[in-house]
Amino acid sequence: MSDHTPAPGAGPERSTTVPLPERRARRRGPGPGPRVPGLLALGPLLLLTVWFVGSATGLIEERTLSAPWTVARTAADLISAGTLQEHLLASAGRALLGLGVGVTTGLALALVAGLSRIGEGLVDGPMQINRAVPNLALLPLLILWFGIGEEMKVITIALAVVVPIYVHTHNALSAIDQRYVELAETLGTGRATFIGRVVLPGALPGFLLGLRFAVTAAWLSLVVVEQVNSTNGLGYMMTLAGSYGQTDVIVVGLVVYAVLGLLLDGLVRLVQRRALTWRRTLEG
Amino acid sequence: MASHTGRLTLAPPTEGAPLTTEAPAVRVRGLTRGFDGRAVLRGVDLDIARGEFVALLGRSGSGKSTLLRAVAGLDHGVAGAGDVDTPESVSMVFQDSRLLPWQRVLANVTLVLPGPGARERGRAALTEVGLEGRERAWPHELSGGELQRAALARSLVREPRLLLADEPFGALDALTRTRMQDLLLRLTERHRPAVLLVTHSVDEAIVLADRVVVLSEGVVAADLRVDLAAPREVAAPGFAALRARLLSLLGVDREERATGE
Ligand SMILES: Nc1ncnc2c1ncn2[C@@H]1O[C@H](COP(=O)(O)OP(=O)(O)O)[C@@H](O)[C@H]1O
Ligand SMILES: [Mg+2]
Repeated sequence: MSDHTPAPGAGPERSTTVPLPERRARRRGPGPGPRVPGLLALGPLLLLTVWFVGSATGLIEERTLSAPWTVARTAADLISAGTLQEHLLASAGRALLGLGVGVTTGLALALVAGLSRIGEGLVDGPMQINRAVPNLALLPLLILWFGIGEEMKVITIALAVVVPIYVHTHNALSAIDQRYVELAETLGTGRATFIGRVVLPGALPGFLLGLRFAVTAAWLSLVVVEQVNSTNGLGYMMTLAGSYGQTDVIVVGLVVYAVLGLLLDGLVRLVQRRALTWRRTLEG
Repeated sequence: MASHTGRLTLAPPTEGAPLTTEAPAVRVRGLTRGFDGRAVLRGVDLDIARGEFVALLGRSGSGKSTLLRAVAGLDHGVAGAGDVDTPESVSMVFQDSRLLPWQRVLANVTLVLPGPGARERGRAALTEVGLEGRERAWPHELSGGELQRAALARSLVREPRLLLADEPFGALDALTRTRMQDLLLRLTERHRPAVLLVTHSVDEAIVLADRVVVLSEGVVAADLRVDLAAPREVAAPGFAALRARLLSLLGVDREERATGE
């Protein structure tokens, strides 16, 4: 037990820099415990194993789902021919553009609604309607208005992105603790300081949560819009493969979607962790 | 005010009146406040001289916080009338520290400090409250006592003319509370703001204040000057008498006293 003795003379509230040896917790608390690196890969690894074994034993037919090695070979072919990169670039461009437009718009609308009552009256109703209508149900109308080109695709993605950004940011803005508003009042902060150092940081967790949903929404819309008269993009590549029964190409597309989706989500989570170090949560 | 016959004395005037004749820092006249038609303050008059330390005592629910929030101008929409004059720069310390959890300690302290030199002033204020080296800590990393130290630093770094405090040490353990009282005394002696401190502890009021005001039935029921030499320890002469008087004003009988405040 006696790994260290307290430095003599150090009061209970003074900060001293005494090197302390690492201690291992003897018993776990009721929380899930600290993260073990690599443990999050457990589920995906299991799925991969099932796929391998299933294909090798013939339990999974080639027509239903190509074997992992077939998929790997196809992927290599597609990459060396440059096809995959071309489609990937087209898709990523659309997704990012849609995300950019949607996030900016959603954030601006949330601020307008969150910081002024008139703004709330103007913005909140239409946003709730947009939220209630399944986004892809708007697609026929958007095609009529904007045609079947890039414009329609980016706008559809942006519309899907606006909703989670707006909802979560607005929610966080209205949930800011009244005690901090009171504090700002007694300190006599100006409006700029109040917004910059109380309101926005307070709403940041909500915004970042919205961003994670937004990334998913952008990805989802991307698949759908790329099946509407596209000549490039991952969705187009997969639709085309579908009509020729090339399950290997379809799986390559799925894997790329999954990897990119995970990468984007990981990126947002990284930002989340860096930006929210002030919070102590189960996330750890 | 007591009238003096014969030669003039330099002794401070007795009960109620502020020490000096210059314009008081705080002037409250005929303050009334109520909630849902129930009067809480029924006409409070209170003056606080510049640099004077006033403790506000009263039973729970007597309206101490209501009075403090009215002086701070925080009670928007609360029914009532009366005049409140306060200086331009007022700081308030709450029972919870109200450090913004998303700002590091130093940023919390310098929240409204303008321009260059703000960081240096913030650092100095943190040193003054014994938190040097903790500038980059997050609020959740501080203990309850450290949080209130930081809150004090944030309040005083602006050099306010009036410091309002609503049971600032109410949530702290006895040992920490004593240390914080010493700190507050040192800080107010150096910065000399007028202070209005709400407390439920008679001893705390006597140890810290120049004057003790007792709020009861919505009015100032008593206003006593504390003329005890420093250090004001519980064993000091006159302490027990003053405490007994305040306790009886608060309607605390002997039995309640034995079990604590
Ligand atoms: N916001 C409020 N709404 C309704 N009643 C309130 C409110 N604030 C205080 N009161 C009431 O006013 C009375 C005085 O409260 P308060 O000033 O907080 O007392 P103290 O601080 O002396 O304990 C209490 O009866 C309390 O219930
Ligand atoms: Mg109170």
